[in-house]
Amino acid sequence: MSDGIGARVKRREDKRFITGKGKYTDDIRMDNQAYAAFVRSPHASARVTNIDASAALAMEGVVAVHTGPEMKEDGIGDIITGWAITSKDGSPMTCGVWNPMVTEFARYVGDAIAIVIADTQDLARIAAEAVEVTYEELPACVNPADALKDGAPQVHGNVPGNLIFDWEVGDEAAADEGLAKATHVTEIDLINNRLSPNAIEPRSAVAIFDDAEDHYTLYSTSQNPHVARLVLSAFYNVAPEHKLRVIAPDVGGGFGSKIYIYPEEIACLWASMKTKRSVKWTAQRTESFMTDAHARDHVTKARMGFDADGKITGFKIDTIANIGAYVSLFATATPTYLYGTLASGVYDIPGIYCNVKAVHTNTAPVDAYRGAGRPEATYMIERLIEMSARQLGMDPAELRRKNFIREFPYQTPVILQYDSGDFDACLDKAQALADVAGFPARKAEAAARGKLRGIGYSTFIEACGIAPSAAVGSLGSAVGLWESAEVRVNPVGTIEILTGCHSHGQGHETTFCQLAAEKFGVPIDNVKLVHGDTDAVQFGMGTYGSRSGPVGMSAVMKALEKVEAKVKKIAAHQLEASEDDIVIEGGEVSVAGTDKKMAWHEVGLAAYIAHNLPEGMEPGLKEGSFFDPVNFSFPSGCFICEVEVDPDTGETEIVQFVSADDFGVIINPMIVEGQVHGGVTQGIGQALTECVVYDESGQLVTGSYMDYTMPRADNVPSFKVEHSSTPSPTNPLGIKGCGEAGAIGSPPAVINAITDAIGTDNLQMPATPQAVWMALQSAQTSMAAE
Amino acid sequence: MTQVSITVNGKASSRDIPDTMLLSDFLREELRLTGTHIGCDTSQCGACVVHVNGKAVKSCTALAVSLDGAEVTTVEGLANGELHPMQAAFNEHHGLQCGFCTPGMIMSGIDMVNRYKAEGRTLDEAAIRHELEGNICRCTGYHNIVKAIGDAAAKM
Amino acid sequence: MHAAKYHKPASVADAVAALSGAEDGKVLAGGQTLLPTMKQHLAAPSDLVDIRGIDGMSGVSASDGVITIGAATTHAEVAASSAVQEHIPALACLAAGIGDPAVRHMGTIGGSLANNDPAADYPAAVLGLGATVVTNAREISPEDFFEGMFATALDDDEIITAIRFPAPQASGYAKFRNPASRYAMTGVFVAQTGDGVRVAVTGAGDDGVFRHDGLEAALGADFSAGACDGVEISADGLLSDIHASAEYRANLIRQMAKRAVSGAT
Repeated sequence: MSDGIGARVKRREDKRFITGKGKYTDDIRMDNQAYAAFVRSPHASARVTNIDASAALAMEGVVAVHTGPEMKEDGIGDIITGWAITSKDGSPMTCGVWNPMVTEFARYVGDAIAIVIADTQDLARIAAEAVEVTYEELPACVNPADALKDGAPQVHGNVPGNLIFDWEVGDEAAADEGLAKATHVTEIDLINNRLSPNAIEPRSAVAIFDDAEDHYTLYSTSQNPHVARLVLSAFYNVAPEHKLRVIAPDVGGGFGSKIYIYPEEIACLWASMKTKRSVKWTAQRTESFMTDAHARDHVTKARMGFDADGKITGFKIDTIANIGAYVSLFATATPTYLYGTLASGVYDIPGIYCNVKAVHTNTAPVDAYRGAGRPEATYMIERLIEMSARQLGMDPAELRRKNFIREFPYQTPVILQYDSGDFDACLDKAQALADVAGFPARKAEAAARGKLRGIGYSTFIEACGIAPSAAVGSLGSAVGLWESAEVRVNPVGTIEILTGCHSHGQGHETTFCQLAAEKFGVPIDNVKLVHGDTDAVQFGMGTYGSRSGPVGMSAVMKALEKVEAKVKKIAAHQLEASEDDIVIEGGEVSVAGTDKKMAWHEVGLAAYIAHNLPEGMEPGLKEGSFFDPVNFSFPSGCFICEVEVDPDTGETEIVQFVSADDFGVIINPMIVEGQVHGGVTQGIGQALTECVVYDESGQLVTGSYMDYTMPRADNVPSFKVEHSSTPSPTNPLGIKGCGEAGAIGSPPAVINAITDAIGTDNLQMPATPQAVWMALQSAQTSMAAE
Repeated sequence: MTQVSITVNGKASSRDIPDTMLLSDFLREELRLTGTHIGCDTSQCGACVVHVNGKAVKSCTALAVSLDGAEVTTVEGLANGELHPMQAAFNEHHGLQCGFCTPGMIMSGIDMVNRYKAEGRTLDEAAIRHELEGNICRCTGYHNIVKAIGDAAAKM
Repeated sequence: MHAAKYHKPASVADAVAALSGAEDGKVLAGGQTLLPTMKQHLAAPSDLVDIRGIDGMSGVSASDGVITIGAATTHAEVAASSAVQEHIPALACLAAGIGDPAVRHMGTIGGSLANNDPAADYPAAVLGLGATVVTNAREISPEDFFEGMFATALDDDEIITAIRFPAPQASGYAKFRNPASRYAMTGVFVAQTGDGVRVAVTGAGDDGVFRHDGLEAALGADFSAGACDGVEISADGLLSDIHASAEYRANLIRQMAKRAVSGAT
C-alpha cells in the first residue's frame, strides 16, 4: 500500500500551515479577552519586602494585579518535580520550594512576582512596569562550579551547600581497577554549555473560566496537555480534572521546553477565576530567554583508560549539574538516568562509574531539551575517544571499532540493557558517504587556500521511549511512561486515531495515519488523527524523548490489532467463514481463496447497525490500548563532520556532514530525515554558536537574538542522511525513535572535526570564531615555547 | 487614533487605530489574519515577514499608520484557487515542521526569487542560505527549506 | 509599546516644526532600530516624525564625482543604485550587507547615521570616504558628526536630509559579523582618495567609529593587504563583550582591513 509503513507520504497537516491557517494559542481570542503581563525580578537573589500596585491599578484599563502571597492564600500549590533521586548515601534529594509566584524570595532574574491583567497586551506590559516592588538584594550564586564551595551564597535555606543530590551509577571499584591497569589514561575537563531551547513560537496561554459551569479551559503551548491537566489538578489545585480542559492546539515547536507546566499557565488560570475574564499571556522573546527551562549546563571531569591494544579498561566521570533556582519537572532525571546510564556509549567497557552532584544556582530552571542528558553523555564519551585516538596514535574509527559492542542483548555496567544495533554497519556507511578515503586530498587542497580542514566522528547510542512504567517508578519517576491510543472506525468506514502524544512539528497527522493505511489498506485520506485535547482523548503522556514512535505508535498498532480482530469476527460471521481465513487488504475484507468479500466500510456499517453480529458481540467498532514497553529503545548511529577553519579569524565552516542512523523501522523516511536535519542543526548550534550567559551577578546577558546565537541557514550545510536499520525487538513496530539523535550525536562530531583542523584539543563549546581563534593562538604560543 | 486605509490581499481595509500599532498587530488583531507570526522582539526571527508594495518587510517593525495607502500581501493572500508555487514546494520538500516560521519563510522565499529574477541573478544554494539571514527556523535545519525555495524558483 | 503621536510632514520645515513642538520627538526614517527599541520599552518618544513623505528626501544623484544620497533612501535602494555601483561600489556592497533583505527594504541611511550605533555599517563609509552629512540647518564633516556611541552632533530638532559622498579612486569594505546579531563586530572601510588613504573602523571602538592612523599610514605607502601585517593594532579602546574581546577585535581590524584592501575597486 503506497501510504503505508515506509512510504514518503507528503504531510497532510501542511496545507493549513503554508496558507496561514494554523491555529496557535496566541491566535485564539475570546470575546471577553484580557491580557496578562508579569512583574519579574530584576535581581538574581532578593527578598521582596513590598509590592505597591497602586499606580498600575490606577491606569484606565488595568483590571487587576495579583501576587504570590495571594495565590498561596487561595490554595494554589507549589510547583512539583516529577522524579525523585536518591543520593549515593541512600538519602532522598533535597530541593527548594518553588512557588508559582514569589512569596518572599526571588531566586533568579525573571522569577515572577505578580501578574497584571489589563484590557490590552500593551497596557498589561506598561502597567507591569508601574508596579513598584521593593527588593532587599542578596548575594547570588551563579556558577555551578562555585555552588558547592564553602561560603557560596545559599539559594534555598533548606538545601545546605546548594547540593540537591549526590548520585552515582556504576561500580567505582571496577572503574578504578580498570584505570589502574590501563597503559594510557585520557583525561578531559568539559563544560557542556547552557542552552535555551528557543521554539520559535513563544510560550502562550489562554485561560478561560466559565463561572456558570464552574469550569476551566486552558489553551496552552504544551507538548503534553494531559500531563498538564493532571498536574494542574492534582498538585496545583486549580480545579479537579473533570472541570479542567486543556487544549494544546497547533504548537510551534517544543524540543522539551513545552513539557513543563510553568508558573504562567497556573497564574493565568487562577487570574481568570479571580477576574472572571478570559486571560491571555504570550511571552516576549526576552521572557522566553529568562523563563523557558534552560538546558545542559554540566561541568565534568572524566578519565578513560586503555590497555596497550587500545581496549577501554575503565571510565570514571565526575559531573556537577546545574539545576537552576528551582527543580523543574524532569530536571533531576536528565543528569542522572538519562545521562550516567548512557556512559557506556557504543563501547564494551568493563568498569564504569559516574558521580553526579546536582546544584541549585540563582539562574533559570534547567530541564530536558532535545536529547536531555544523552547529548551530555555522548559529547563526553566521543570527545574522549577521539582524543584518545590522537594520543595513542591510532585511527579514530579503528579505535572505535576495537571497542564496539557487537552482541545483543548487552548489559552495560550502568543499568541499561541494549537490545539491538550494528555499530560497524553505521560506521561503514557513514565512512563511505563521507568519502573518508578522499579526506587527505581535500585537506591539502584546503591548505592551499589557507584553510585548515578537519574531520571528526561521533558514534553514538541513545535511549528513547523511557519505560517500562514499573522500572521508571522504581528509579524515582512519579509517573508511568506508557502511551494510550484509541481507534474508532466510523459507520462509513472512515477511521479516527486518538493518541495521547502531541504533534508540534513531528508530522503525526501523517505518520500515525500511515499505520491504519498499512494495516487495513484503506486510503490515508480516510484516516484522521485526533490529539491535543483532554476532552477528546482520555489520557496520554505526551510527546518528548522520541517516544511518539516507539511508544505512541505501538499503542496505536495494538489498538489497530484489536480492531482487526473484531473486524475479522464480524466478517467471518457475515461471510460464513472461519476467522482464520479472513484477509484484510486493499480496503476489502475477504475470505482467502474465495470470491466472498465485504468492502471495508460495509464491515463498519455492520458493526454499528448491529443487525447481524456474532452471538454476544457488542455493537460498534472502537478499540483502545495502553502500551507499556518492556524496555527503552536504543537508536544509534554514526555522524562524520568535516570543517574548514579560517586561521585568520577562527571562523568555522561545516563543509560536509553525513549521518548514518539506526532508527529501526522507519514509518516515513521523509519525516525522519527532517528530524535528523533539525536535530543535527540544534547540535551544531550547541557546538558552534549557542550559549546562555549570566554575568557574575546573575544578570542574563543573552536575553535576545542580538546576543544568543541561533544557527541560521548560512551556518549549516545541506546534510547527507542515510540509514542502516536493525529493528527494535521491544515494540510491535520495531521502531527506535528519531527525534533526538541529531542533537545527541552531532556536537562531538563537530568539535572533533575542529580540534582535528586546529591541532589542539583545548577547546570548549561553543566553538565561536573567537574561541577557535584563541585556541589557535594558545596552541601556537605553546608550540613556540616547546 | 488615526484612520488608516491599507489594501491587504487585494481587499481595502480602513480602521481607526492607535498611532503606534504595528503592522503585525494590524493584521493579526484588526483583520484577524493570524498567519503572520511573532517570534521575537528584535526583528530577527522573520516569522512576521509580509510584502508591502511587493517587497518583503518585517511587519513587527513597521507602523501600520505609516503604510496608509499601501498594498500588503500576507501568507493568506498567496493561494489563488491553487497553492502558490512556493507554498506547494514547501509541502513537496517537507520544508516545514511546526509551521510557525513557515509564513515568514514563504514570504521571504518569494521575495528573494522575485528580486533575483528581476536582476537576472542565479539563486543557487549559497545565495538562498545568505538571503535567509533574516529568518530563523528551529525545526528543519533549513535543509528542506533551501530545497523548497530552490525548486519554487525554477517554477515561478 | 508606549503611546506616541505620529506625524507625516510633507516638507522639511514641517518636520522640524513637529520635532520642535514635541516634548520628546524622534525622527522615524525606517524604524528598524527605533521600533524594536520602543517595543522593548527602551525608548518612549512622545512623537514620531516620519520623514519618508517629504519630497526629495530619498534617491541617489551623481554629479562631478559626488554621490548624493537622500536621508530616507533605503539600504536596498543604495545597494541597487547604478550611480553608487559605478562610482563607489564598496558603498553599494556595504548597503547590500546591512541587516537582512527585509530590513534593507525599510531601513534608511539617514536613520542609521542619526542613530550612530557603534556596530552599524554606514558610519564606516561616511568616515572612510570623508562624506558630508547635510542637515536642514548645515553641513557637517564626519569628524564632527560622530560623537561616540549613539551620539552625534545633531541638535534635537535637526534632521539629516542627505549625505554627500565624494567618489574615491578606490575603496573597499569588509566586516566580520557578530555571530548573533549579524551587526558588524568589526567592519573596516578603506578608501584611496585625493587626500590619501582613509581607514575607518566600525563595530570595534568603545567610542564608536574611528579612523586608524597606523593602517592609513601603512596603506598610504603601500596600498596592499600585506601592508597591514606590520601595523601595530592596539586593543586599547576597543570593545570587549561575550562575542569578542578587545584583543580578538584588534585581530579582526587587521584581517578586515586586509580583506577590504584586497577587494577594493
